Amino acid sequence: MRRRDFLFGGAATLLAGCNVQAPHEGFFGKMESLNEGMERALFRRGSTGAATRVSDLTPKEAFPIYKLGAALPGVPAGWGLEVSGMVQHPVRLSLAELRRLPRTDMRVRHHCVEGWSAVASWHGVRLSEVAKAVGLDPRAPYVDFVSFEPVPDSEEDETYTSGWDRESALHPQTLLAYGMNGEPLGAEHGGPVRLYASTKLGYKMVKWLSAVRFVPQKTGGYWEDQGYGWFGGV
Amino acid sequence: MKRHFRREQPWPIRLTHWVSAPLLFIVAGSGLQILAAYPYMGPRGALFSLYPFQGATPPQWLRLGGWLAGARALHFSLGFWLIVNGLIYLAYLVASGEWRRRLFFPLRDTRNAVETALFYARLRKAAPEQGLYNGLQRIAYSSALIFGVVAVLSGLALYKPTQLAVLAACFGGYDGARLIHLLSLVALAGFLPGHLLMVALHPKSLKAMVTGGRKDEEVPHA
Repeated sequence: MRRRDFLFGGAATLLAGCNVQAPHEGFFGKMESLNEGMERALFRRGSTGAATRVSDLTPKEAFPIYKLGAALPGVPAGWGLEVSGMVQHPVRLSLAELRRLPRTDMRVRHHCVEGWSAVASWHGVRLSEVAKAVGLDPRAPYVDFVSFEPVPDSEEDETYTSGWDRESALHPQTLLAYGMNGEPLGAEHGGPVRLYASTKLGYKMVKWLSAVRFVPQKTGGYWEDQGYGWFGGV
Repeated sequence: MKRHFRREQPWPIRLTHWVSAPLLFIVAGSGLQILAAYPYMGPRGALFSLYPFQGATPPQWLRLGGWLAGARALHFSLGFWLIVNGLIYLAYLVASGEWRRRLFFPLRDTRNAVETALFYARLRKAAPEQGLYNGLQRIAYSSALIFGVVAVLSGLALYKPTQLAVLAACFGGYDGARLIHLLSLVALAGFLPGHLLMVALHPKSLKAMVTGGRKDEEVPHA
């Protein structure tokens, strides 16, 4: 093979593996696995992010409200948070029951995949606390977070979801948040309960939460399936 | 003392130079596509008042990746190899002693840089004596190297603002790092026209970057 053919052939193979409409496949997919390895290596259980001051708090009207549909999703009748999967005692927790668990407060910066940041304080119960209460199987490697927010125009009543790694889910700054900036969490930011964490990009932090399932296999997610990175750590 | 001779452009320099050229182009284009997703500087509700291009989306023809996720895939998968390439270059620069004839040292090179500038401005008849590079070239290449290092460090701060919070703090936090990341691109882009103009004026330098050039370059103190 001539050197020129080798070079052109190599370039063509590389380009074929770079389909920007399918970032999980080909060369991109291989590099994403490598990237996930680095993200996991950089992840620390005790990480708390950069300190924020009260003066950094984003004004209420400037904190973006993102949702898939035109209207805010309605809370299903008899809503409760399902915690199930690889646990000893699957439960369905009401908001009152979540509030009775130990409360954690944190003020952290939000990092959106689009590039903006904003600061809010959040309160709720650590997912690690709930995991302890339900007897989480120590072997459970993944967590699937499910929202009751419907995906517009989807078949089979699909809803917003995001799959997580166990380590990030059990990080001390991963909350099932029911409060924002000292007030009960409003429907516009994912109330009654949303997932909030200092270690993930915004699209990983599922709003209008309906279920937390500890699972043996990696699950995708609404944005992840369209091409955003699965780990999405910050 | 044994005298050392080396080509003008030893092969590790040529290799890393030509690997970086297309990678820089792709990483810059995908970076601008990422910027297009939120073409503002500063956190929500507190945009940087000194940034004059708030809301200005980079032109389509400068962007690569099609959409945010495609651009991020390009940026991270090729940015990784650009960093690897840069580390190989730096390791060679240090190990070979090439840094001595390439980098700008103010005490050694300022006089030559001024004299070269005077020569270019037709205020001086003859060009000052020089080694591989004159003082102005050393300033240009050393600056480009610094811009590259700043681009990588600010990029790492954006990549992991929580896990690498200390690094992010060095840039004034996440949004500071984002502004500096953009400025490092502007600086590198500013280097390019001058670089191409000089190559056009001195085609032999392009030939040297392809073939290696003369073999009789003496390497000082190698």
